[in-house]
Amino acid sequence: MTLAQVKTGDTVRIMQIPDPTIRAQIIRFGITEGDVVVAHEVIPGGPVVLRKNRQEIAVGRRLASTISILPHQG
Amino acid sequence: MAHCDTVTNVIEVPAGARRIVLAGNPNVGKSVFFNALTGLYVDVSNYPGTTLDISQGRMGRDILMDTPGVYGLSSWSDEERIARDAILTADLVIDIVDAVHLERDLFLTQQIIDTGAPVIIALNMVDEAKRQGLAIDHQALSRELGVTVVPTVATRGLGLPELKGRLDEARPGRLDPGLAKRLRPLTAKGLHQGEALLVLEGDEVVAARNHVAAMPSRDEVYMDRRRRVNELIARCVQETTGGATFATRLGRWMVRPITGIPLLALALWGMYELIGVFIAGTVVNALENGVMKAYYEPFVQGLVGYLVAPRTPIYQILAGEFGVLTMTVTYVIGLLAPLVIGFYLFLAVLEDSGYLPRIAALVDRALGYLGLNGRAIIPIILGFGCVTMATLTTRLLGSDREKRIATVLLGLAIPCSAQLGVITGLLAGVGPAYVLLYLVVIGLVLVVTGTMLDALMPGTSSDLLIDLPPLRLPRAANVAKKTWSKAWGFLTEATPLFALGALIISALQVTGLLNFFQWLLTPLTVGLLRLPREAATAFIMGIVRRDFGAAGLYSLSLTSLQTVVALITITLFVPCIASAMMLYKERGRRWATNLWIATWVIAFAVGGVVSQLGRLVEVGDSADILRLTGLVGLVGVGLMLFAVLYRKGKEGSRWASR
Repeated sequence: MTLAQVKTGDTVRIMQIPDPTIRAQIIRFGITEGDVVVAHEVIPGGPVVLRKNRQEIAVGRRLASTISILPHQG
Repeated sequence: MAHCDTVTNVIEVPAGARRIVLAGNPNVGKSVFFNALTGLYVDVSNYPGTTLDISQGRMGRDILMDTPGVYGLSSWSDEERIARDAILTADLVIDIVDAVHLERDLFLTQQIIDTGAPVIIALNMVDEAKRQGLAIDHQALSRELGVTVVPTVATRGLGLPELKGRLDEARPGRLDPGLAKRLRPLTAKGLHQGEALLVLEGDEVVAARNHVAAMPSRDEVYMDRRRRVNELIARCVQETTGGATFATRLGRWMVRPITGIPLLALALWGMYELIGVFIAGTVVNALENGVMKAYYEPFVQGLVGYLVAPRTPIYQILAGEFGVLTMTVTYVIGLLAPLVIGFYLFLAVLEDSGYLPRIAALVDRALGYLGLNGRAIIPIILGFGCVTMATLTTRLLGSDREKRIATVLLGLAIPCSAQLGVITGLLAGVGPAYVLLYLVVIGLVLVVTGTMLDALMPGTSSDLLIDLPPLRLPRAANVAKKTWSKAWGFLTEATPLFALGALIISALQVTGLLNFFQWLLTPLTVGLLRLPREAATAFIMGIVRRDFGAAGLYSLSLTSLQTVVALITITLFVPCIASAMMLYKERGRRWATNLWIATWVIAFAVGGVVSQLGRLVEVGDSADILRLTGLVGLVGVGLMLFAVLYRKGKEGSRWASR
């Protein structure tokens, strides 16, 4: 499942971010592969806003479709 | 660029003085610190090979150097390269972190510490942190990081004297033993710790200049650092209020389309009222007509007339209608400066409050259709102020491809304030159906051009990946500093360009070439556009100043359709001379010339199509105009489909040939 398929409020675990530069930039913002994050807001057809603790990050839809995730309970 | 230490080449530090570098994430308030710590002597120099400027100032005996806000050090962008090299060659680094987002800011802090540089930290905006329910134990933070941490509220001057007094406490911080072990093989070869760190993180440029191979350990180093920062925060920061606050809810509303779009409309209306009505109307009128035209211009004309006889070419060039000393100065001070300050002010408020990145997220999808991403909203908003200013801002876009698309859209279809005023004035005199026609045509040109450029240009544009900082009330000091430095930077860059443009136009007028061009345009003006031949004057004037162009139409008596055709043509027509020069500077001679010629073609072609279709439709009433609008719409959609199918076809054949 990819990040582009999540719905607002879903809790997911980030499994893989294929592009190394993007992966590094996301780590700088506070999120690594393996982290559990919340889909704070999903804009229809648009970016997915992820939240981890107090950090909110907007990921463009096309980029989100390359990031694989797994649903996470609670 | 294998020559090391370009930074040391640019900033000369006298013997005995320390090179102190100010570092931090974007928007933490670095400029307020820089201003507070340096005296009046501030020097701004261009970093060679980039379009970025570095500011340096004197602080006591030492030199303080400001760096661009970055999230980390690497070779990925000009900003990060400059920050990296500045930190690597610094004697002392003042790292500024925003107490409200330590999860993000401390990553850079730890990276700077990992380079081995002597660091002192300013924990800024502690008042805001307290307000948002964060309790930060800065002494614990100081112990964990191994460096001094000074709490500050720079916008109120709090903590700054303490910071200044404790600068000598700056020291290299605590290094993770695992990282130290990884660095040892490189430092053993004689590499400076900071350079070794970057080589470890895979920085090709740093590796090359140290004659070693870049190592592929970035992921491990980054993840370790991330884990370390997370632990640090868990130990030093307590959140006393949990859950959704008003700020979180408002942040959601801004981003969700149902609430976000009305909010944006409200913000834009606010901008229109502040900038469109107050500044562009009242202030500009007072300055341009009241001060400049009434006092300044006659004064200059008198002065020049004293030295040179009035009817001569030299007089005309200096103090005539398009005179370098008259029009340029009137325009810059009377029209441009207030508008530019107004727009940058608006943008600074949006940025400091945290609303701007949320707008970018909201519009990302729409801009994606044009081959851009949400961040391009910044040059687009500024484009309605001044296209020259917006073209300068395209530097912040992620790839050359996006910079090109954005500059084309700006130069072609986005009317600046100067023009908008006159356009709305003229549109007020025609019926609503005609206004719709105008909007549809311009909107279509924008969308079709963007879609076609996106489909036909090779490569892909960058994706949106931005941080949405917590919303807060903008700080007057931050906003003022940012507005002023950007406005000043723009005005100093644009004024010489504009003066040069005025010189060229004056020369053309004096030699009679201006009239000649008007005459040349007649077949197009009368035949194709079906406008009176005097309209050509408006077009030529539009090359000089966009509002001259539009204003020239007031004096002609035109039918409603003619008005719309004329407005369409001048909107799409070439960028003003200052804009054209900025384009030349930013994107190079070939690109600028091609775009300039293209706008001629597109302006007359689109205006011509609308005019000729208008003849076919035999315009009698509103229903006919709507039919005309529909026709034009069809043509536009057809072009878009062609471009999209062409692109799909190209991608398809690439797959087939594998």
